[in-house]
Amino acid sequence: MKTFFKLLIRNRLAAAGGIALLIVVFLALITPILPLHPPNVTDTANRFQPIFSEGHLLGTDHLGRDMLSRLLWGTRLSLAVGFAAAIFAATIGAAIGIVAGYFGGATDNVIMRGVDMLMAFPYILLALAIVAALGPGLVNALIAVAAVNVPFFARNIRGVTVGIAHKEFVDAARLSGLSNTRIILTEILPNVVPVIVIAMSTTIGWMILETAGLSFLGLGSQPPQADLGSMLGEARSALITNPHTSVVPGVMILIIVMGINLLGDGVRDALDPRLRSGALTRPMASTVVERASPAPAAHAEGVLTMTDLQTQFHVGERVYKAVNKVSLHVAPGECLGVIGESGSGKSVTALSVMGLVASPPGVIVGGSVRYKDEELIGARYDKLRSLRGDRVAYIFQDPLATLHPLYKVGDQLVEAIQVHHKVSRDEAWKRAVDLLKQVRIPNAESRASTYPHEMSGGMRQRVGIAMALANDPDVIIADEPTTALDVTVQAQILSLLNELRRERGLAIIFITHDFGVVAQLCDRVAVMYAGRIVEEGQTDAILADPAHPYTRRLIACVPELGEGRRRLEAIPGLPPAVDRLDPGCAFAPRCLKKEAACVTREIDLAGNGTRAVRCLYPETDIGREAAE
Amino acid sequence: MGGYILKRLVSAIPVLLGITVIVFLIMAMIPGDPATAILGSYATPENVEKLNRDLGLDEPLVARYFIWLGNMLQGDFGRSFALNRPVLDEVLDRFGATLILAGTSFVLCAVFGIMAGVVSAARQYGFADKAITFAVLLGISIPSFFLGMMMILIFAVKLRWLPVSGMYAIYGGGDLPDLLWHLLMPALALAVVATGVVARLSRSAMLEVLRQDFIRTARAKGVNERRVVWRHALKAAMVSIIPVLGIQAGFVLSGAVYIEMVFQWPGVGRMLVDAILKRDILLVQGGVVFVAACYVLFNIAVDVAQSLLDPRIKT
Repeated sequence: MKTFFKLLIRNRLAAAGGIALLIVVFLALITPILPLHPPNVTDTANRFQPIFSEGHLLGTDHLGRDMLSRLLWGTRLSLAVGFAAAIFAATIGAAIGIVAGYFGGATDNVIMRGVDMLMAFPYILLALAIVAALGPGLVNALIAVAAVNVPFFARNIRGVTVGIAHKEFVDAARLSGLSNTRIILTEILPNVVPVIVIAMSTTIGWMILETAGLSFLGLGSQPPQADLGSMLGEARSALITNPHTSVVPGVMILIIVMGINLLGDGVRDALDPRLRSGALTRPMASTVVERASPAPAAHAEGVLTMTDLQTQFHVGERVYKAVNKVSLHVAPGECLGVIGESGSGKSVTALSVMGLVASPPGVIVGGSVRYKDEELIGARYDKLRSLRGDRVAYIFQDPLATLHPLYKVGDQLVEAIQVHHKVSRDEAWKRAVDLLKQVRIPNAESRASTYPHEMSGGMRQRVGIAMALANDPDVIIADEPTTALDVTVQAQILSLLNELRRERGLAIIFITHDFGVVAQLCDRVAVMYAGRIVEEGQTDAILADPAHPYTRRLIACVPELGEGRRRLEAIPGLPPAVDRLDPGCAFAPRCLKKEAACVTREIDLAGNGTRAVRCLYPETDIGREAAE
Repeated sequence: MGGYILKRLVSAIPVLLGITVIVFLIMAMIPGDPATAILGSYATPENVEKLNRDLGLDEPLVARYFIWLGNMLQGDFGRSFALNRPVLDEVLDRFGATLILAGTSFVLCAVFGIMAGVVSAARQYGFADKAITFAVLLGISIPSFFLGMMMILIFAVKLRWLPVSGMYAIYGGGDLPDLLWHLLMPALALAVVATGVVARLSRSAMLEVLRQDFIRTARAKGVNERRVVWRHALKAAMVSIIPVLGIQAGFVLSGAVYIEMVFQWPGVGRMLVDAILKRDILLVQGGVVFVAACYVLFNIAVDVAQSLLDPRIKT
């Protein structure tokens, strides 16, 4: 609650709206004791006095009545009527909603059908019909506006009540023999009241506006009594000759409604956790690069080489070091596996290559990524875009979310081709069908015309692969492409990727958390932990003889078929949060071999040309191994 | 598709019947003798008796409803006593003018609202976003009738750019340019609030969509940012924007009542207000039922548009 008010006050616009409203309400409350002219006494000798004239701060209207006095009395009336309408609508609507939601079944059905019917009207038609039946007048306008808003409350409150009516405490009350009325009053109502209040605060501005509108049409308050709407309505005939009589009440309505809207928006923003966490910020076209030092030289040869790549997430004051000086490289025809638990930074590493890390909050703060001889970190957007999908392509996890739901898969492939090649649609479509055939999709011609939701998970993933292959890229970065699939489909997809690599000399970076998959596909493997590479080397060497304790335990997590002698060991604990890393080895808190030296200083990734490990007490001496 | 439209039309029948029931019940609330209320206090006893017979006013409530419904289904909405002509004729005459006004405003609010929302989302927290957000806030806070009056004051009286009111010039008007000339100001005034609401919703729908994985996929393909925003993201966002457009159509139709009063536009809204003030009950009743029915049909069109956009909706 405290943070809520803090947020609300920090929102300057909301605060301004709130203050404006408070002043208006205060003025309306003290109107009777202010030294004002009587609002309804006419003085036709002094009609249409301008603003700031003697004795009449806001001038006089067409009957010589003091505008300031009429404005304040009118504001008082408008606020009162709007508020009363809101109370009526909320009370009746909530009662209907609670009854419908609590009793359910046929009661609910009948009531909600009725509510739907009411909502089928443009609101003013209903209000006009009610006023037509009851006759013009302020009370009747109030009834009409309240009635028109009842369905809105009924529907909202019903939804909330349905959620509550089946909670344990309500069942308990029922079992203890309480009557329905008691349960509604003591158990349901207290839980629904906050929702009613919020719904009221969002609609009260509307109700003030609607009653003012009916009065403006001459259907609400009748002379000589005037609310803001009827003041405006009466002033309309003198609009051209004496505009101030229209402007004064109009601006007051504007101030009131705007104040309510500003305050309402502020409340909504302060209550919305997604806004606070920044989950509603838009990711930019490419990841922000804020480099502290110039790009380092490439550490190795390869078609794609990352050197000391650093990607962070900046959330408020916190800095999450998701990728902490990672160096990787991959050669044509080679498959590099990057393995780690969720949160180890492997996906962020992959996305950093083409600037696809969502930003904000992602920022690339250092390092280099080279495609052949081109530096990609900090490259111009156009350069990056021309390489994306053309030379370096991605395959993502969960193709239901990663394919556009409203485009046919064929069209999505066509687009991938046409973005980089000037070919006709027909030609691109033919090529798209070819691609679908290459990834072994049966009936490729007709499948091209289906939507993603009409395909199975395996088929969708094949489409994802086809899309990555569309422009015959040099590098494919596959980010857990098989995680969402069942084992048989997974095996098919892996062998498909393997074939493509051999046929086309593709370089593949394969991100996974599964050592089984790495063993099937990858030549080399890099193990990531807490944003760093902790071990790197040839896949078979690491599998046979892991050097880092973490790698060893990760391999021990993989169940073996048929043998079953070895104990399947989970790693106790969780990976550390990367916003407050202690110096030294990040795995130390979970490591069985931890020594004091492990956490005193940074540990280098040390090794020979083919293997490296970031550990002071490795499980195996990789230097000796290489010498043998 | 044809089957789907038919299905939706059939499902609208109970809603349309519900609308007639509601209007009928509201009108049954009229205090005192309905015939006197309809004819006014100067009615002769013969006239009262004749009307009672014609409308079945001495029958029980349920029978009266069915008589009324039956008459309407045959195109007989009763007779306006103030205007002395059939209600349906008058409503149809006036509805055209409302359709021109509200339809134009609806198109304006959809086009500008969506565009503003997309730009606002694409430049989130930038200058354009802040400017649009502020304009939207102003737009949804200003009562349309006040806005209309201020526009008259500025553009018609002070600057003399546009006509003060009416649908056609009194002398020598009547052609399309004349209509558009007169339409511009009321249509804009009417569109402002709805544009604000649509812009707001489009912005948040776009922000929601721009974070989706398929947007990242489009970027990974190398699609340029303009296309990512205006094609990929907007198309997906339209799924949540279209239903709001349906609701906004109702608000535009409602706001038209005020705008028609301010600009002396000869539409259904002004007709209804005049009819209420003259206690021309049958005209109000017929007008409300007719416009509400049109709105229901329009919302079916919105549903159909939604199903054309989103293949996941079972048609």
